[in-house]
Amino acid sequence: MGVRTWIEGWPVYRQIIGNDPLGRGPAAKSSRSAELVARTETADSMVRSVCPYCGVGCGQRVYVSDGKVSQIEGDPDSPISRGRLCPKGAASKNLVTSELRQQKVRYRRPYGTEWEDLDLDTAMDMIADRVIAARAETWEDVDNEGHPLRRTLGIASLGGATLDNEENYLIKKLFTAMGALQIENQARI
Amino acid sequence: MAEAHPVGFQWAMEAKARGAKIFHVDPRFTRTSALASAHVPIRAGTDIAFLGGIVNYILRNELDFREYVIAYTNAATIVSEDFRDTEELDGLFSGYDAEKTSYDQQSWQYQGQEEAGRRDTVTERETAAGLGYESHGPPISGQARRDETLQHPRCVYQILKRHYARYTPEMVERVCGIAREKFEEVARAWTENSGRDRTTMLVYSVGWTQHTVGVQYIRTGAIIQLLLGNVGRPGGGVLALRGHASIQGSTDIPTLFDLLPGYLPKPHHASHPTFDEWVDSIRRPGQKGFWGNARSYAVNLLKAYWGDAATPENDFCYGYLPRMTGDHGHYQTVFDMIDGKVKGYFLVGQNPAVGSAHGRAQRRGLANLDWLVVRDLFMIESATFWKDGPEVETGELAPDRCRTEVFFLPAASHVEKEGTFTQTQRLVQWREKAVEPPGDCRSELWFFYHLGRIIRQKLAASPSPRDQAVLDLTWDYPTSGPHDEPCAEAVLREINGYEVATGRPLSSFTEMTADGATAGGCWIYCGVFADGVNQAARRKPGREQSWVAPEWGWAWPANRRLLYNRASADPQGRPWSERKRYVWWDEESGEWTGHDVPDFEKTKPPSYRPPDGATGVAALAGDDPFIMQGDGKGWLFAPTGVLDGPLPTHYEPAESPVRNPLYDQQASPARKTYQRPDNPINPSPPGPHSQVFPYVFTTARLTEHHTAGGMSRTVRYLAELQPEMFVEVSPELAVQLGLTHLGWAHVVTARAVIEARVLVTDRLSPLRVEGRVIHQVWLPYHYGGTGLVRGESVNDLFGAVLDPHVLIQESKVGTCDIRPGRRPTGPALLDFLADYRRRAGITDGPYPPIVTTDGSTNREA
Repeated sequence: MGVRTWIEGWPVYRQIIGNDPLGRGPAAKSSRSAELVARTETADSMVRSVCPYCGVGCGQRVYVSDGKVSQIEGDPDSPISRGRLCPKGAASKNLVTSELRQQKVRYRRPYGTEWEDLDLDTAMDMIADRVIAARAETWEDVDNEGHPLRRTLGIASLGGATLDNEENYLIKKLFTAMGALQIENQARI
Repeated sequence: MAEAHPVGFQWAMEAKARGAKIFHVDPRFTRTSALASAHVPIRAGTDIAFLGGIVNYILRNELDFREYVIAYTNAATIVSEDFRDTEELDGLFSGYDAEKTSYDQQSWQYQGQEEAGRRDTVTERETAAGLGYESHGPPISGQARRDETLQHPRCVYQILKRHYARYTPEMVERVCGIAREKFEEVARAWTENSGRDRTTMLVYSVGWTQHTVGVQYIRTGAIIQLLLGNVGRPGGGVLALRGHASIQGSTDIPTLFDLLPGYLPKPHHASHPTFDEWVDSIRRPGQKGFWGNARSYAVNLLKAYWGDAATPENDFCYGYLPRMTGDHGHYQTVFDMIDGKVKGYFLVGQNPAVGSAHGRAQRRGLANLDWLVVRDLFMIESATFWKDGPEVETGELAPDRCRTEVFFLPAASHVEKEGTFTQTQRLVQWREKAVEPPGDCRSELWFFYHLGRIIRQKLAASPSPRDQAVLDLTWDYPTSGPHDEPCAEAVLREINGYEVATGRPLSSFTEMTADGATAGGCWIYCGVFADGVNQAARRKPGREQSWVAPEWGWAWPANRRLLYNRASADPQGRPWSERKRYVWWDEESGEWTGHDVPDFEKTKPPSYRPPDGATGVAALAGDDPFIMQGDGKGWLFAPTGVLDGPLPTHYEPAESPVRNPLYDQQASPARKTYQRPDNPINPSPPGPHSQVFPYVFTTARLTEHHTAGGMSRTVRYLAELQPEMFVEVSPELAVQLGLTHLGWAHVVTARAVIEARVLVTDRLSPLRVEGRVIHQVWLPYHYGGTGLVRGESVNDLFGAVLDPHVLIQESKVGTCDIRPGRRPTGPALLDFLADYRRRAGITDGPYPPIVTTDGSTNREA
């Protein structure tokens, strides 16, 4: 390190000779902070998304590094939000990367006192069997006057407002074909 | 708005910076109030009295936008001479049947059309038929007698005037606790800022829907906005701020029992035995408007569901649709679970143990299933009720006595899948996928596609006719990736619709045909894949396009950003003013043009008059802007569709400490009740014992949390920002009850008792109502027993009493008692509640009477 570099490393020197007489800007910057680069600059990729919380629909930019979400920012291009996010939207990186998120199927048998492990494929198969059995057991073909009912009141579902349109479409399509009527979501609360 | 929709609120702030006045009407002073021009505290549950006061102010001073009102609303239409108003029948309209607690609507009809009112209103209530009218008007004949001088004593304008004549500033003060000067300040600002050159916007959040008269709250707002010419014009409207990322989408493409995609009603076993009867009930032959093409919309849906199996010969598989027989809504289902009628339940991103009213009933229902599937990001209370719910503490439930088999399947987050959300303005926005979901986490698209695939495999050899609908289903979506994720874009293409022979995506629902040549899963979304392009994925920066920003995402229908925007021009098609120019008729090119996609047939001139006998779209005149309404008009008076009266009327909430100052009829005479011992309702006047629960409580959101907390109590930063359940009380009430700031209090209703930390604040102030002081307290509803921060659930305090149109519960107002200190624990808690119920006279009923007037005497105001 030469003397000149050493002197220029002093914030007070930069403050006197530079354009930052109050020492609140570049003059006070350490070499460490000067070298810092935003996570968004070094991300491997970025996708356009939408905030998952309320119904305003703020634009999000989701940054990915090493196959993991590294940052979520407001999308300045959005004419709705103009780059802004509220505390929830701004915290949504923690929502998706939280260590509290369940990543494994959990199973609780009738009268069981604890959770157990279960393989996802096995769980899917067991659920399918239960749907088929409940449907068969509670099937109503016609009413007292012979009008068609072709339905089951033995299977119900709740939720949809946090899901995608495509997901709601498949839920409705499958349950309707199976004759399940009591399909409800947050719009009813 | 600043609390629950902060980023949307930037536009309100921008308007304020440009000189707009903002009034915040809310029981509690919030971050919205802090930034508004004025905060108007109101007694919870009295909004119709307040807004009715504004209607009266407009009419008494003739401040309505007369040219708009005559041309675009039903103000001039003459109503049946059999009609009797609440002013004549002390809080009831004509046609009330006390036994059915429902109305015969014949006397509410337009003159000469009384037959149209012959409707089964009990079934309409049971089946939430009101929701089916969300995107269009209820049935009405296209032609009606009118008096455009507005002088006929039975024209809507005069009826409206009489109905609201007693909603004076003095009455508003008596009912709502709002000082006369404050009320007049709002009324003056609203009317002065409306007309040719100016428009005023009414914004509500969906707490408005959580009342026994929720639909009528919104209708009162709509009446004001129609009278002032604030509908279909820029800067006007009645704007609902919805609380979930795609709650609009999940209503349009509904996971709701009474609807099929695009607001087609689910068939009813008695009313719609055949395809033609079902279609005609939507199409309503003889009526004006775009529902005239309902047969096409219905055929396209069935064709999208059942593909080649759906043919004209078999009515496109109409026989495969399950039929309603009554109420199959959320609360009925929960009571059915308690009664052991439901075997299996799916919870997909919803947490009813915390988020739904009457949490205790919710959990008791979950505890009495054969099996339960919970799909969520986090382990929520609705998955763990069997081991750590409040009923385990009281000894009512124990894991080794709970029979429910529970599957918890972790869900993919919004960045781990692609698809569309529809936000509050009907804007459909595509999300790209950032990463693969971890571990066993999967999207709902994956779960339901594969569940359907496995079920179809298992049933493949079934000879049973009931399985044919499952096997005939079109269910062949392409999959890709390590988990065989179905292609969301393929599903969106099906929702959009396509030409069956070629697969070409349709560009507009006007291309849909009724012969099976086209198929489309949700007619109002037709165009989202216009020209084979995913229009919802459009991301042209806002700053590079007009202020309407038509090239960001896609709005249904047909990318229109402002509904009914034909009303932004005068009857001759000219902008009402330069300042409010939006959509207008261009004489030279012979078409409608403007900043937005015109919500009108593009080349139908303003001068067009339908020939005699025209129906459907052809019957809409060139100056009928409300193109989905049966008469093309905005409705000040609603002859059908509403079940509790053609005009909004102030009724007290189902639980209120106050006798209705306006009528002997205390609460909504058509409200939906569940009279069961496990759904006790606190007593209200005129019955005895209402003093047992003397305080009013209301609930809302905090900026830092989201709904039942499943997506926020689990997030570190948010948990730290709002770490604990609390109850806000005024300094006056704190003194009266001996509550100390940051100390404990418990809040009691007939259903539950919960404890919370006390926050003494002048954000709440006692209101003077009918000469006495009414104290209101406020609680956030985000807390539950799991997550990083925990607290007791305020929704446990509510019972289930519902709005009759949409079967939404009254969970924004109730009565309670409050005591200092912590609540009793264990079995003592049950004794404590039993004692309250005994003192309130509600051990196993009786239930508050629905009718509290004999309908004859008229009290003087």
